[in-house]
Amino acid sequence: MAEVEKIKENLVYAKNRLLTNEVMHYCPGCSHGTIHKLIAEVIDEMGMEDKAVGISPVGCGVLAYNYIDCDWAESAHGRACAVATGIKRMAPDKMVFTYQGDGDLAAIGTGETIHACNRGENITIIYINNAIYGMTGGQMSPTTLVGQRTATTPQGRDVNLHGYPFKISEMAAMLDGTCYVTRQAVNSPANVRKAKKALRKAFEKPMKGQGLALIEFVSTCNSGWKMSPVAANQWMEENMFPEYPLGDLKERE
Amino acid sequence: MKKEIKLMKGNEAIAEAAVRAGCDGYFGYPITPQTEVIETLMELRPWETTGMVVVQSESETASINMVYGAAACGHKAMTTSSSPGISLMGEGLSYIAGAELPCVVVNVQRGGPGLGTIQPSQADYFQATKAGGHGDFNMLVLAPNSVQEMYDFVGLGFELAFKYLNPVMILSDGVIGQMMEKVVVGDAVPRLTDEEIVEKYGDWALTGKKNRKRNVVTSLELEPLRQEKVNHKLQAKYQRMREEEVRYETIQCEDADYVMVAYGASARMSAKVVEMAREDGYKVGLLRPITLFPFPTEVLREMRDRVKGFLSVEMSAGQMKEDIQLAVGCDAVVENYGRYGGVVHTPGEIYEGLKEKLISKFE
Repeated sequence: MAEVEKIKENLVYAKNRLLTNEVMHYCPGCSHGTIHKLIAEVIDEMGMEDKAVGISPVGCGVLAYNYIDCDWAESAHGRACAVATGIKRMAPDKMVFTYQGDGDLAAIGTGETIHACNRGENITIIYINNAIYGMTGGQMSPTTLVGQRTATTPQGRDVNLHGYPFKISEMAAMLDGTCYVTRQAVNSPANVRKAKKALRKAFEKPMKGQGLALIEFVSTCNSGWKMSPVAANQWMEENMFPEYPLGDLKERE
Repeated sequence: MKKEIKLMKGNEAIAEAAVRAGCDGYFGYPITPQTEVIETLMELRPWETTGMVVVQSESETASINMVYGAAACGHKAMTTSSSPGISLMGEGLSYIAGAELPCVVVNVQRGGPGLGTIQPSQADYFQATKAGGHGDFNMLVLAPNSVQEMYDFVGLGFELAFKYLNPVMILSDGVIGQMMEKVVVGDAVPRLTDEEIVEKYGDWALTGKKNRKRNVVTSLELEPLRQEKVNHKLQAKYQRMREEEVRYETIQCEDADYVMVAYGASARMSAKVVEMAREDGYKVGLLRPITLFPFPTEVLREMRDRVKGFLSVEMSAGQMKEDIQLAVGCDAVVENYGRYGGVVHTPGEIYEGLKEKLISKFE
């Protein structure tokens, strides 16, 4: 038996074909890799690779277009939902999704995000909330926890100076234009499976014309948090989940 | 065939022309003095006829990024605004230029700086021709001086935007935007399908990666040596515009001792000043740049040895004057006249300015 066939016979898992062979720039242990994998798998399983158009943000996800094999536009910081609106309105048959972090989506892009939600654009927002600006080296973001130490809150986030953790998914759920708002995580095999189901729903519902779907992934940034990947996962479970509880916030037809 | 003629405001002409030029998407935010553009489009309801999409956005920042997305699909996308709104679009314009996307952006200028006034102005010349946003880039800038040209330059703008894969700005002003004139309306151009877009403009657009490798529209190139190459490519394109796209009009410049240089509403009034001055025996001509970038540098250079001096007439403190001076050299006489901050000069005022600032130096 040839070596390749032997390998195939014993194959129990393979990288999805829509994940490219580019070497990912993400830090080992970060949630981006797992979420990219889920996106590739769901697009593939839906048979939508020729219809999918992604919008990458400014932040760690900026190079997402190198890793998932579909058409992409790279957006200005925070403007992904406006770019997605332009694409979706031109091409309603496309499955248009943005991939944005908490700095991009919940700070500089709050206006574009909320109004895309409110207009009920038939797009999918994939929102990675790791409570920090990863790419610029670990500064406070709107979703940084109270007391959390970052490069710009070296003594910990003080509500008197910086206000409170921003729960933009709860805001989006209040708006009539959204059809599905959910908060997921990829910290355990069970949660990865749940998140994948939610992601598929978040892709499907806008394609049925039901409005905007937002899926938040509460995520780790072990580099920015200055922790090992294992410790970061544990810190997320103990500190992030109470502030950002997992589960569906809204679902409507 | 009998020509169709309509009486329209400049801003209405932009809207009418967008539909007839086969524009696919308009994204705009209300701001005086150009709000009639989106109002007219909403009245015309082109989504029911040509399928053109019209979206009222939440800000000019969103508008220009919607244009970025629509243009990334290979479609004809446009937005319109006035000075403060165009400032907000600076970021998006830079990304559009960097990603080499085609679009048409109209600026119906009003007085600034800051919130300024809603009255007409031409003080965004620097912004349009030199500093539309961060980084080394240029927009191709068209300057209409009539409602007819407001109409015509939308179609021309799309043609040039797609020829160069570059943003085209129509730099108008509150006078041209608000005044009514008759317009010869052109034949409607149908919107293109995805297949026609690929055939006509190549397969760079986001039409879905069926039967090809994935397309990525981006202005990001982290490697500086590669980013320098991107810049070289852009500069070569701007140079090609300088060589191929200069447009201008001259009025009685052949024997002129004095040449006024003016665009847009100021050019309309300066044409009247040519008549007034000629009646008094002064040999005055007018050069009207129709493209502000590329600027008609060569024609000015040719004039410099037979002309006593130039007068830049603009509703600003003198911005285009610098390009005139650069064209003719610092030893040539170049003066500037203009009311600004929302005040529109009259032909009589321009004529007095011409005599005082230029003619009196020589006669």
